[in-house]
Amino acid sequence: MSAEHLPVLLVVVPLLAAPLIVLFRSGRAGWLLAVLASMVSLACAIGLFVQVRGGTVISYAIGNWAPPWGIEYRVDVLNAFVLILVSGVATIVSVYARTSVISEVPSDRHYLFYAMFLLCLSGLLGMTVTDDVFNIFVFLEISSLSGYVLIALGRERRALHAAFQYLILGTIGATFYIIGVGFLYLVTGTLNIVDMAGRIQAVADHRPVLAALAFMTVGLSLKAALFPLHAWLPSAYSTAPGAVAAFMAGTATKVSLYVFIRLLFGVFGARLVLQDLPLLEALSLLSIAAMLVASLVAVMEKDLKRLLAYSSVAQIGYITLGVSLANQDGLTAAVVHLFNHGIAKAALFMLVGGAALRLGGCRLEVLAGMGQRMPLSAFCIVIAGLSLIGVPGTAGFITKWHLVLAAAEAGQWLTIVAIGASSLLAAAYVWRFVEAAYFTAPRHHGVQEVSVGMLAPAVIMTVACVYFGLDTSFTLGAAREAAELLLGAVK
Amino acid sequence: MNTAVLMPLAVSIPVVGAAAVAMLHRAPDIRESVSFLSAAAVLACVTMLLPAVLDGGRPEWVFLELMPGLPLAFRLEPLGMLFALVASVLWPVSTLYSIGYMRGNNEPHQSRFFACFAMAIACTLGIAFSANLITLFLFYELLTLVTYPLVTHHRDEESRSAGRIYLGILMGTSLTLLLVAVVSTWFLTGTTEFTPGGVLQGEISNAAIGGLLALFVFGIGKAAVMPMHRWLPAAMVAPTPVSALLHAVAVVKAGVFSVVKVIVYIFGVERISGLSSVDWLPFITGFTIVAASVVALRSDNLKRRLAYSTISQLSYVVLAAALLTPLSVIGAALHILTHAVSKITLFFAAGAIYTAAHKTKVSELDGIGLRMPWTMAAFTIGALSLIGIPPAAGFFSKWFIMLGAAEGGRWVALGVLLTSTLLNAAYFLPIIYAAYFRREAEPAHDHGEAPAPMLGAMFASTLMVLRFATGIGLLLTLTRQLVPN
Amino acid sequence: MVIMPLSDHYTYWITILLMVAGLYVVIARSNLIKKLVGLAIFQTSVYLLYIAPGKLIGGTAPIASAQFSVYSNPLPHVLILTAIVVGIATLALGLALVVRIKESFNSIEEDEVLVAVHGDAMSEDGDA
Repeated sequence: MSAEHLPVLLVVVPLLAAPLIVLFRSGRAGWLLAVLASMVSLACAIGLFVQVRGGTVISYAIGNWAPPWGIEYRVDVLNAFVLILVSGVATIVSVYARTSVISEVPSDRHYLFYAMFLLCLSGLLGMTVTDDVFNIFVFLEISSLSGYVLIALGRERRALHAAFQYLILGTIGATFYIIGVGFLYLVTGTLNIVDMAGRIQAVADHRPVLAALAFMTVGLSLKAALFPLHAWLPSAYSTAPGAVAAFMAGTATKVSLYVFIRLLFGVFGARLVLQDLPLLEALSLLSIAAMLVASLVAVMEKDLKRLLAYSSVAQIGYITLGVSLANQDGLTAAVVHLFNHGIAKAALFMLVGGAALRLGGCRLEVLAGMGQRMPLSAFCIVIAGLSLIGVPGTAGFITKWHLVLAAAEAGQWLTIVAIGASSLLAAAYVWRFVEAAYFTAPRHHGVQEVSVGMLAPAVIMTVACVYFGLDTSFTLGAAREAAELLLGAVK
Repeated sequence: MNTAVLMPLAVSIPVVGAAAVAMLHRAPDIRESVSFLSAAAVLACVTMLLPAVLDGGRPEWVFLELMPGLPLAFRLEPLGMLFALVASVLWPVSTLYSIGYMRGNNEPHQSRFFACFAMAIACTLGIAFSANLITLFLFYELLTLVTYPLVTHHRDEESRSAGRIYLGILMGTSLTLLLVAVVSTWFLTGTTEFTPGGVLQGEISNAAIGGLLALFVFGIGKAAVMPMHRWLPAAMVAPTPVSALLHAVAVVKAGVFSVVKVIVYIFGVERISGLSSVDWLPFITGFTIVAASVVALRSDNLKRRLAYSTISQLSYVVLAAALLTPLSVIGAALHILTHAVSKITLFFAAGAIYTAAHKTKVSELDGIGLRMPWTMAAFTIGALSLIGIPPAAGFFSKWFIMLGAAEGGRWVALGVLLTSTLLNAAYFLPIIYAAYFRREAEPAHDHGEAPAPMLGAMFASTLMVLRFATGIGLLLTLTRQLVPN
Repeated sequence: MVIMPLSDHYTYWITILLMVAGLYVVIARSNLIKKLVGLAIFQTSVYLLYIAPGKLIGGTAPIASAQFSVYSNPLPHVLILTAIVVGIATLALGLALVVRIKESFNSIEEDEVLVAVHGDAMSEDGDA
């Protein structure tokens, strides 16, 4: 395995491992293969990141067909960062998944679960690493379709309806995206992002290009659950199996946002994005609406998984707010929050999934007294919750700092007020859990902490939330470089 | 040995101690000894740092760079040294007191209590040592989080709502106002380091300075400047040792310490004196002083009266700093210390009365001076100190503040201070009078003095109040370094 | 605004018609299978959007030959083959979900299913 094939190995290993699992038909083998394939992807991602740190760009031609005619995989610091996030979350969640899947999915379907998991992973990785807009669509659909299946494997029948709703909305989103790709192809004649960026300047004021921007924005916003196109997310995350919610909350929306950022700055560029259309203003308004409205709904939610899902919608608002501010600090905040929120939500869904299994549900009344019965889980939920609030010492603070700084640089003082208000709302909904867990008497007796298999990955993820809040050299360094790269392309 | 390493050591010892205490819940006596050992070790570290600072040295210790240009670091200077001394001297004293209180009232969850106590001290020292705003902000937030379990110790409905007010105001102000203040400082000046003379040179407009100061003063909710004061009386639901150490010493002092530090080292006393945009601060603090004293006067619950007295006294410190004269700044620093020892004595006495006599109201205290002579003696001395009667500690700091006000020609401030002294007398002296000279209301259940550990602690703090004058030379050497002359 | 003459751009008009009709069916019909049908119609419009412009006026089949100089573009066909496959997979998955929903909820009308879903959520309230 020579190093030059890392970009394609990253995608191909999980992709091939999936049918292998189906051939073996064994849940245990499936789990083992899933963990191994995720680890291989993580190793490839780290290898790629190490190479591109500092400004190098790796270009890999699939099947040795030279771009722009052939499909190109192109790795720079921005997508190497996202690759590490996706494969890292996948590795840790796949370890967690074993116990979770045994409890939630019928045993004759375990191997199918792991096969779908690897397909989803390879889809997400492919979306991130490719430089061809149509290839993005293909991988988008691979990850989405397997995602729908994963969600439908949830215990209750509500999961079926949630998966169906997600299927309808997700397909509409992907189709909108492909309509945008069609317009761009009609006007520029190429599907390669780098090539398109060069050619689009000549035709930038043609109406199809503006239409393409609009369609792609709407399509990707649907997949990324940007308010108000977020309707599928709360039901999907709250009814899916615990491991699925943890994996998808940490990765799926983030990759769609990555694609959005890449296209916005890498293809459409300065004139369209920053000058011609009021896209950034609209995005800013929607982000603030997401941050405030979704947080407010989360405060009033009684089901902890739904609460976390609405919290995700709000946190995605932070990312798009950073994008809409379009300065160095804003884009840094957006990129770093892809990571910071990914790990925090993965940790939270893993912990809540475990609690739900032990306590028989995840409504706040059911979780009463969790602080006594399952002290470590409860404490880790609080720590990860602090990262959502943005308390210094956690990863979320780094994002908050840069968002406020970016807003100050842009002179948008009302945005700063909105950021503060949403932090307070986040504190309010995290504290609903604290009060339920520590201030109310437990209802169940004889409940114990979850097994090490579920606890260890969740604790590792929680520790990561604190670690990346103190040692920011990796996350912040990569995010800054990525922001410079994106802004440099736009000039 | 590099003295600077004593700083991270002083912060880590309580953390280790907290972990040990949490695990020792089956062996209460060993657990308490661990608390004492940690307290003694911390006191040793802090006193060993004193000579370096007195000489003009500024020991520095850098942990890591949180973000480019924003290191998490410690740098010790006179004000921080003072605050660290206050915290580290009063921790063992209040541990002694807590043992008496927790055992005397049979409080549950004592290990959790002592562990969180130790963590709170660690955060307080972190605030005292911080070299820049970002480090201060980190430990400030941690202090709020770590004291929440202490405030809500009883875990009942009352403490749940008190906890909401506590967290709501403190986190609310820090996440919105203080964070914006710190980011704005970084944005305007490119640094958050505490620098003698301040960091706001040149290009910042006077109006912006006024706004920034407002963000800081109201963002630092722990300083309890009105209207960010409601958390203090709400936090009185906590057991009295919590009120004593944290809400008379650590938490509130962290608040006013941060305000004074920001005024001296971020804004710079000379840079902002004479600016019209900072004129509002003496007025707000003056209002707080008087209004809080009036509420204290009308409160029958003893701890509530003491809480509002604290709010009033905290604004003394902020007012003194806001007057921006050298003597008043020294007075502000000294008042941090004198109010700490005086108030802790008063809270000790209040808790002793509750433990021994189960009384919480001022109106119930008739004749208690005869049953609990030592407790009331301590209370009297603490009260006299706050009123400002020599040779008690409070006199000295008030004297400096009033001299500073006169030096600056701030007659309104002087008037406020004098009025407040009268109000202090009005709400303390009747208690003392009733305790000694009125007959007990009804034949009460027979009770004597408070448990011995509580008396021991009260004795120690009262001694500090009375013998303040002996340490004043040292303190003045320290605080003189704060002002440029 | 110049309205395109119908005859010149009739493919685009049909595309728009299909797109909007498909979306309308998805939103307006509550029967789950009809929603899937609407989705399929919506996706078909995309196929037309790509393929129609690929045919150049006077263009021949894309096989290199010395006699011809204008070729139709083969790439959209390739892309749409992929899109059709994706569409089929989506439809199959959607129909499988409808079968399971029918088994679990005994209905494939969205409103009835939503009532049942809401009821499930509420009864969890009562249990807890």
